[in-house]
Amino acid sequence: MTWIPAAVDAVLRKALVAELTVVGQSGQPLTHPLIPLWDGERLYMTSSVLFSKKVVHIKRNPKVSVAVTDPAGTGGIPTRCTVQGDARILEDDPHESWAEVLPLWRAKEPAIDAFLGKRFALPLFFERSLIEITLRRILYWADGDVAKPPEEAMAPGVVR
Amino acid sequence: MNIDRDLFAKLDTYPHIVVCWIADDGYPLQTAAAFETDAGRGQVRISPTGVALPRDREVNIIASHIRPKPGEGYDERRYISLWGRIHPEDGAIVFRPERAWGWDENDIPFFEYAERSNHQAAKYLSRLSQERGIDVKPRLSPIWTFFLATRLPFLTATFIPILLGIAIAANDGFFSWGFAIGTIVAGAAIHIGLNVANDVFDALSGADDANVNPTQYSGGSRVIQYGLVSLPKMALISVTAYAVGLALGLYLVIARQSPELLVIGLAGLLISVFYTAPPVRLVHRGLGEIATGIGFGPVMVLGAYVVQAQQLAWEPLLASIPVGIFISLVLYVNEIPDRSGDAAAGKRTLPVRWSQPAVIRGFLVAVAAAFLLIAVAAPSGALPRPTLIALLAMPIAFEVYRGIRRDYNAPYELMATMGRNVQLHLVAGLLLFAGYLVAVIAERVSSSPPGVFT
Repeated sequence: MTWIPAAVDAVLRKALVAELTVVGQSGQPLTHPLIPLWDGERLYMTSSVLFSKKVVHIKRNPKVSVAVTDPAGTGGIPTRCTVQGDARILEDDPHESWAEVLPLWRAKEPAIDAFLGKRFALPLFFERSLIEITLRRILYWADGDVAKPPEEAMAPGVVR
Repeated sequence: MNIDRDLFAKLDTYPHIVVCWIADDGYPLQTAAAFETDAGRGQVRISPTGVALPRDREVNIIASHIRPKPGEGYDERRYISLWGRIHPEDGAIVFRPERAWGWDENDIPFFEYAERSNHQAAKYLSRLSQERGIDVKPRLSPIWTFFLATRLPFLTATFIPILLGIAIAANDGFFSWGFAIGTIVAGAAIHIGLNVANDVFDALSGADDANVNPTQYSGGSRVIQYGLVSLPKMALISVTAYAVGLALGLYLVIARQSPELLVIGLAGLLISVFYTAPPVRLVHRGLGEIATGIGFGPVMVLGAYVVQAQQLAWEPLLASIPVGIFISLVLYVNEIPDRSGDAAAGKRTLPVRWSQPAVIRGFLVAVAAAFLLIAVAAPSGALPRPTLIALLAMPIAFEVYRGIRRDYNAPYELMATMGRNVQLHLVAGLLLFAGYLVAVIAERVSSSPPGVFT
């Protein structure tokens, strides 16, 4: 997906935390800090059934946005970005479906393997929904200065 | 979360905020922004941003923090989420929060945060089941589920006293492999029945639901709370285990033709069943620790002895006292982090009824009594002298004592101490058993053993 700016690709690959905003039942914004998992084409996040309200909201309204804003969580990369997109929930088997993104997760949080090894102690934590986000629009600040207007990139075929 | 000075002080610890709203095209939109708080006026002043902030709709402002840990991931997770509207005031962009939410893992550890969300998981899985038309449940391998549901590692509490009773009988010249194995299996079955029944009754009373600080040593197996095993299935497991234990126990009574064993077995069964079962509910009446001490001490040691020797004796009763004390202390220390949930469910355990200093003193007195009994009984000949070796477990008791004092109000930090306390019971019990083995072997190798072994 060549329309993704290189700076955004780099920061999504590195970011340890991002803010996912979903549309609440009354149309209000609801934001959750989550670990973003980026495979270069789609953005993934996972949500335990313990903290599943966001998934319910996405099922009702798939429009979401994700912001990467914290340089402390991007290994010093200054780029900040907000991506808008359409989410779908993959949870054919909440016990295992999400494991397809485990390599991406492990790359950012190696300790997850230790937690997974003690799955018996946290059984509900590892019953998870996979949130797959197809990006449609990106706003980004390559130098991180959000006081300036952002640069913008649109997915091919998307009309504002 | 209250919107007060404390909230604004917490918000001040974050380097930036993220302003989130729903744009005209229906997609959420976000931008980071610099900010400063004005706690006196209850507002957040937002620095100008390159993206125009909306004045005509509700916005969600979030401030979040992690500390990256190379090679591991991150920790120090915390965030504050605020909702309200943005409006211009004296040329500035002002946000006045109307409601707030947040989490700081330093205040609420992740495990507690997850426990508090069990109901959300149950609700979601139920919703998913309705969407799919099939029952969607959390899964765990059958082995792990059995391991968790029965709390199998705690069976050491049964093995120690039974092995000790068998060893004492062997030292008195009575031993049968078949009856030894039968006693161990019967005891283990009754113990499994008790563990599972305890979960069933704690689920019915709400004690386990009210406990949001379970650890691997306390708060029950949680398999009912996690939806891994249903309450009726747990009840069935408990009844089955009791039936196996009861059948084996009856066989032993008949095979050994021992009315004493029948009385001891019935006492053990009644203590086990009425530990949490209504209407007696020993644990709710503040008798749980004593009941546990009697059940896993004198009842099991004496019972195992009688199966072998077909007669009563004072020595197994004496040797059972420290074992009973140590197992009571396992329960006693495990009840410390459970005390809020137990109190809410009406379980009047000693840590619920006593103050923190009294509970700590109680541990010290009990552990001192157990070791003192061995220290006096072994040299005097009431117990074989090699059982003095059990005093080697004393340093573990001091470790546990220090741990309780240090982490009394920190459930997850107390876990290491609870683990050490289980080891105290295990090590002291095994050393007592080893003392008897030495005595038995010495008796065998020499018809007139050296004085130290008699």
